[in-house]
Amino acid sequence: MSETVIKCESVFKIFGENAKKMLEEANGKVDAKTFQEKGCIVGVNNASFEVAKGEMLVVMGLSGSGKSTLLRCISRLTDATGGKIFIEGQDLLELNNKELIDLRRNKMGMVFQSFALLPHKTVVENIAFPLQVKGTSTEDSISRAMEMVKLVGLDGRENYFPRELSGGQQQRVGIARSLAVEPDIWFLDEPFSALDPLIRKEMQDEFLRLQEKLQKTIMFITHDFDEALKLADRIAIMKDGIIEQLDTPANIVLNPATEYVRKFTEEVPREKVLVIEDVMDAPSKDNLGDLKVSKDEIIENVAEKILTQEKNVEVIDSNNNVVGSIKPSKIIDTVFGGRKNGS
Amino acid sequence: MEYLKKYPKLFQWLFLLAVFFGLCFAIDVPETYKFIRGQAEFVKDPNQSVYFFLGKEVRYYAFDVFWRLPPLLGWLPIWINDSLFFLMNEWMPMEFWNEDTQEFKTRPLLLQISRNLTSFMTFLIELIREILLGGLETIVAFTSWDFIDAYPWLELPGLPWTIVAAGATILSFKLSGKGLALFAGLTMIYISVFGQWKPSMQTLSFILVAAPLSFIFGLGLGIAAYKSKRVEKALYPILLVMQTMPQYAVLVPALVLFGVGDHAAVIITMVVAVPPMILLTILGLRAIPPEVIEAGRMSGCTNWQLMVKVLIPTARRDILIGVNQVIMVCFSMAVISAFIGAKGLGFNLLLALNQLNIGLALEAGLCISLIAILLDKMSLAWANKQTDYFGNLTFFQRNKNIIFFAASVVIGIILAYVGTFIFKGSFNYLFEVPHNKGISTADFWNKGVDWIFDTFFVYIKAFNTWLIVDVLQPMRALYLRMPAVATLVLVVGAGYIIGGIRSALVVCGLTLFIALSPWWDRALVTFYMATFGVVVSCLIGFTVGTLCFQNKKSAAFMLGVCDIFQTFPSFVYLIPVMMLFGITDTSVLIAVIVYATIPATRYTIEGLRSVPIGLHEAATMSGVNKFQRLTKIEFPLAFPHMMLGLNQTIVFALFMVIIGAFIGTEDLGQYILKALSDKNGAGIGLTLGICVAFIGLIFDNLIRTWVGQRKKQLGID
Repeated sequence: MSETVIKCESVFKIFGENAKKMLEEANGKVDAKTFQEKGCIVGVNNASFEVAKGEMLVVMGLSGSGKSTLLRCISRLTDATGGKIFIEGQDLLELNNKELIDLRRNKMGMVFQSFALLPHKTVVENIAFPLQVKGTSTEDSISRAMEMVKLVGLDGRENYFPRELSGGQQQRVGIARSLAVEPDIWFLDEPFSALDPLIRKEMQDEFLRLQEKLQKTIMFITHDFDEALKLADRIAIMKDGIIEQLDTPANIVLNPATEYVRKFTEEVPREKVLVIEDVMDAPSKDNLGDLKVSKDEIIENVAEKILTQEKNVEVIDSNNNVVGSIKPSKIIDTVFGGRKNGS
Repeated sequence: MEYLKKYPKLFQWLFLLAVFFGLCFAIDVPETYKFIRGQAEFVKDPNQSVYFFLGKEVRYYAFDVFWRLPPLLGWLPIWINDSLFFLMNEWMPMEFWNEDTQEFKTRPLLLQISRNLTSFMTFLIELIREILLGGLETIVAFTSWDFIDAYPWLELPGLPWTIVAAGATILSFKLSGKGLALFAGLTMIYISVFGQWKPSMQTLSFILVAAPLSFIFGLGLGIAAYKSKRVEKALYPILLVMQTMPQYAVLVPALVLFGVGDHAAVIITMVVAVPPMILLTILGLRAIPPEVIEAGRMSGCTNWQLMVKVLIPTARRDILIGVNQVIMVCFSMAVISAFIGAKGLGFNLLLALNQLNIGLALEAGLCISLIAILLDKMSLAWANKQTDYFGNLTFFQRNKNIIFFAASVVIGIILAYVGTFIFKGSFNYLFEVPHNKGISTADFWNKGVDWIFDTFFVYIKAFNTWLIVDVLQPMRALYLRMPAVATLVLVVGAGYIIGGIRSALVVCGLTLFIALSPWWDRALVTFYMATFGVVVSCLIGFTVGTLCFQNKKSAAFMLGVCDIFQTFPSFVYLIPVMMLFGITDTSVLIAVIVYATIPATRYTIEGLRSVPIGLHEAATMSGVNKFQRLTKIEFPLAFPHMMLGLNQTIVFALFMVIIGAFIGTEDLGQYILKALSDKNGAGIGLTLGICVAFIGLIFDNLIRTWVGQRKKQLGID
């Protein structure tokens, strides 16, 4: 297990006047309804989890589920009402203003749903902004910002103003700005929700390419389950401030913990999410063909190959050791059967 | 019973009206009651009642309490006055070093502060005036008269008018483009050629001092209010009252605190100009998307960096609209301040009006209007201007405006120098056209006015008589016939029906203040004139607005006209009406109607415009005709916004009624005018101003509450 970068211990965020007092009285058991009757709104309810270095945790939930609030607690844009948050072992809530600013200037980057670019600055100035705030000289910050411009593919547009860019381009600026200080932790708050579907897909691919290269620790917020499946190492599904399930995409699809999670998984094309390992059987020598597939392949990619075989297929790991076998009928079952079960 | 259930509000209103009229008929006019005119109330009349409060003697005519409430607040103006006097002349005497006499002198603290403040303001104004017009006061302030005698060349010659005109043109071009530049150039040439240069520059220097200072204070206070709820709560009532307080009324306390002249006017102008700046600053900062603020925080901004680098630039447009407001308020104050001795265009206008020289007044007024339009358009262009990127431009392209200006300075100086040879012995017109030595069309206009009077006198007189005898006087009599209690019941009842107990209490407090002041009768007269003006204005405004709305071009045109008319200082409106109708109540009322029609028209068009396109299309597809669409869709939806227009109309009408006192009416305004020339007028002026503000606030509260509810019901915001 690699080192933990973000760690939350029963984090609560409750909006309202007597939130703190009411939380103490509730003794760790918060019921959203009773709180609401007393004029308090529960944003985050007892969230505990860890994010490891280089991992991408996607927090998924519908609007009002508290996912953005959770992110704002961890970036301390709002102060959590209760619980503890550690960033690389440092207690976030104990930091004073100066330490917090320091942390943000060096460790954190954040991308926003509405891009949140400064309207009076050009692309390159926007990107250089976090550096200039930090006190980097204009020359250095601009040359660093130009590198970022290239990284996100906006060369030639560095002197445009945000109002002259399309949504996708604006979000590229937002991404570049959040990466300008080379943060270790990267927060993305529904970064692609405001974009239209084609651009969104393009940006997701771009994002995966960047992450491959940069290997940041990421918290990614989205309301789009498909996006979560596509990007995540692990997914946290939130409802009414509570984390319903936190697991890998495959486990969430295969074993939804609650009824609410199941509803999301029903419509998911399993072959796109599951890998061979998730559906294979124990190794057996019966009726074995010549084809061998890796256990990490996504089913969709190898389904055609397996289905054209009459015989069973051997499953191997990266060291070419046999770890299992799979029948073609199993593939058919996964692709078509799973959905029937769900409904 | 069914009707009662269906329209509960309607029956509440009917009941209220029944009670109101019942009270009106039940309470008889006391035999001794008569409207008090002129100085009578200051004469010691044995019929007057007297009471003492806080050591102040209050004299009044006592009536039945139901008819008129006794002026229980009558001590307030006297008390304010005495307190101000005490603060200024007796409180905290201290030793201060006197530069002129070279010795220590004992002076009350506040007086010293006020004197220091005023001398600082005087210095600033003089400095700018001397740059524009020439002079030596500033240099003397740093050196001495002997020094100037030794080096006479130090006397500033002032900028030739050609340079100022070129500067204004280039600046307009930079801000907006050719159109505005042309307008700026022509305006400046007009001012110069018609010999209004000196007063115009005096007025301009006044604005150049008042506007930046107001901007700084307004921005600072606005930011403070944005950051702290407590500051906002403390500022809110002041902002509210200042918005409905006639500008005219604040002049009076300024007299006591700061004396007569430009400096006092500048300080009091700031008092009036800061509130809109505060409001727009708060508005602008509030409108920033929260994510932008979060982005700033996540970039690691300190609070200071966040304010300077993120919040203020993002709210730039609203803040600059605030600057526009500040400039316009400063300008209209610069005109009105003539009443407390500020120099400039306003002073000339006042002088001309006092002499009934309509021609001169018209020229000054036109000058004022042109400058107002120019300032308004320039500052708006600045607000709407987007920042451009200059990185790829050459040195010349980047600095061409500065280069052009430098060139025009050189040319202007050469022209002025050449002028000394051309105009030997007379005035150097290429340097400065002296006041009233330019072309004047005053005679022409005066003859025109005479001609109008000769030709149409009979008709105007007949109209005048009809209006006054058959409409205004009966209306006035009706208003004065209202017993105080009945009025109170009506207003409080309306408050209760519209906004519940809270509104009722607020409105009750505001009305009681007026009823308990010594000027209830005058307030009624103010109110009757305002009502007349508002009713006619709304009729005209709503009709014109609706008609113009039928066509996109005419709507845009009408809004443009409203924009232009709104920039004129209210005082200017008195010129044409005096020209046509002479010195009567009719003149005031027509000025009121013209002035108050602007917001009525504007809000009607804006309200109708704000009806969503989707609804239009839905209505068209349901097969409505134009008239049905107007009555069934557009009016109901635009009505809340039109009511806000009514609110503005009332405020505008009140302002104009008060200023109309200059022509001679019998309302609160006349007392304010009187207070201006009264040594002990400060308290009276301030209390009167508050009374007028409260009349406005009563309606403001009722209308806003209603509009808020209605908008919620309709789901528009």
